[in-house]
Amino acid sequence: MSENGRALRLETIWKSFGETPVLKGVDLDVGEHEVFCLIGASGSGKSTLLRCVNLLEKIDSGRILLRGDEITRPDIDVNRVRRGIGIVFQAYNLFPHMSVLQNVTLAPRQVLGKPKAEAEAEAIVLLERFGLADRRDEYPDRLSGGQQQRVAIVRALAMHPDLMLLDEVTSALDPELVAEVLNVIRELAEGGMTMLIATHEMSFARDIANQVCFLDEGRILEQGPPEQIFVEPKEERTRQFLERIVEAGRL
Amino acid sequence: MSIGADPGRGSRILADLKGSGGGQRSVWISLASTLVLAGVIIALVVTSPGWPSVKEAFFNRQVFEDNWRGILDAFGLNIKIFLIAEVFILVFALLIAILRGLPGPVFFPIRMLAIIYTDLFRGVPTILVIYILGFGAPALQLSWVPVSPLFWGITALVLVYSAYVAEVYRAGIESVHASQEAAARSLGLSRFKTLRFVIVPQAVRRVIPPLLNDFIGLTKDTALVALIGPVEAFRQSQIDVAATFNYTPYVCTAILFILLTIPLARLTDWLIARQRSRQLAGGAR
Repeated sequence: MSENGRALRLETIWKSFGETPVLKGVDLDVGEHEVFCLIGASGSGKSTLLRCVNLLEKIDSGRILLRGDEITRPDIDVNRVRRGIGIVFQAYNLFPHMSVLQNVTLAPRQVLGKPKAEAEAEAIVLLERFGLADRRDEYPDRLSGGQQQRVAIVRALAMHPDLMLLDEVTSALDPELVAEVLNVIRELAEGGMTMLIATHEMSFARDIANQVCFLDEGRILEQGPPEQIFVEPKEERTRQFLERIVEAGRL
Repeated sequence: MSIGADPGRGSRILADLKGSGGGQRSVWISLASTLVLAGVIIALVVTSPGWPSVKEAFFNRQVFEDNWRGILDAFGLNIKIFLIAEVFILVFALLIAILRGLPGPVFFPIRMLAIIYTDLFRGVPTILVIYILGFGAPALQLSWVPVSPLFWGITALVLVYSAYVAEVYRAGIESVHASQEAAARSLGLSRFKTLRFVIVPQAVRRVIPPLLNDFIGLTKDTALVALIGPVEAFRQSQIDVAATFNYTPYVCTAILFILLTIPLARLTDWLIARQRSRQLAGGAR
């Protein structure tokens, strides 16, 4: 447990792309072993928020603290910070020229300096856990979307991150493949992984999240336990958003 | 597995013969029309009024038999120049391409140098670079500067072709989607390791066909090195022409170059076809 038991703390994060403000003073607290879901329309800033946490985007102002350690200091070693944060992208972003096993072992070998045999043994344990062991020598293009996304999750887990960021990881999948990926995330949550998840899967969010946060045009409009947000939202905008989702048959 | 994989597996020429329709019948038709066309051209050349003297000057069997061995031996030097230059070009051009892609204001002067380099050596005719280096560099009379014309000829080819090949590499590097870099950096890989393990391997795979295309050009330009002294196939054939008062040695040299470039060209076609069929197979992405 670190400072206040907080795994991640965002303090008034502002971020613009050119003239367009994307995040307008976002505050956020994620506790250890907490599953924190970000919901909101496309363009509300969910992805940008996750990319800022992983330092893939530079924030304009504010502070981000990982276990009490400010990671937005100018002199921070970004490569070291990123080792402790796993991110999974909507489009998987697997390395197409590498086999599954090479995808998973690249960072442990090149970043942590693990010997090949050790990295592979660890990778195989992880792949087995997620039912991918028989795919280890395949190339990403030969896997289904669901399998690719599970490999991407394993690739992030191989670095033993303290925090996982999931950026709409099921949005690019065919409906019948969504469940296999959500089950993996559920298993991670049960294992106590701290996760910050941007998602459109509302029933999943209601099911798995400790905290849900509704992001609207770069601001956090409402935050609370899922029962509150999904059952009796306080804000009119949240209610409208959820109604549209219900109409679309996603809840 | 897909239909697109077929021309990649078999010979590209066969696929060309079949045309788009495919099948036994179209093979015969294309064969017949090729023979007719060839027959017409040959008939036209052979019946032309000057043919007997052209035949004597360019296609003299006796001159060919007397000289082809010597030219072939000299052609070994062309291949040597080609192979040595190729290795250095592949490495040097990649370095230039990477330097040109360095981000941030700190690296501005390096980017600038890379741009000047490619502009300069793509702008100056190869033959001039060979002359300037081949005659200029040894004339400096510095003890540590090599004087061998072969050395300077190869150096000139490396400098010129690296400028082209660097641009090919750069196109490949830029074609790798930014999300690949994001994925690698997010795992904690440094910028250099991201380039080395993720970006460059993908970029190089994509540009192999245009790279081979540049190397076909390079095989022919090895003949330019003769201009500053070394006796390679072209220079040897010039010597033979002067000795026999007959142009057949030139034709002999031309045949040797064709024999070298055709396999390279077919390899390029095959790689392109294979790449295309792979992209079809990977249509899910």
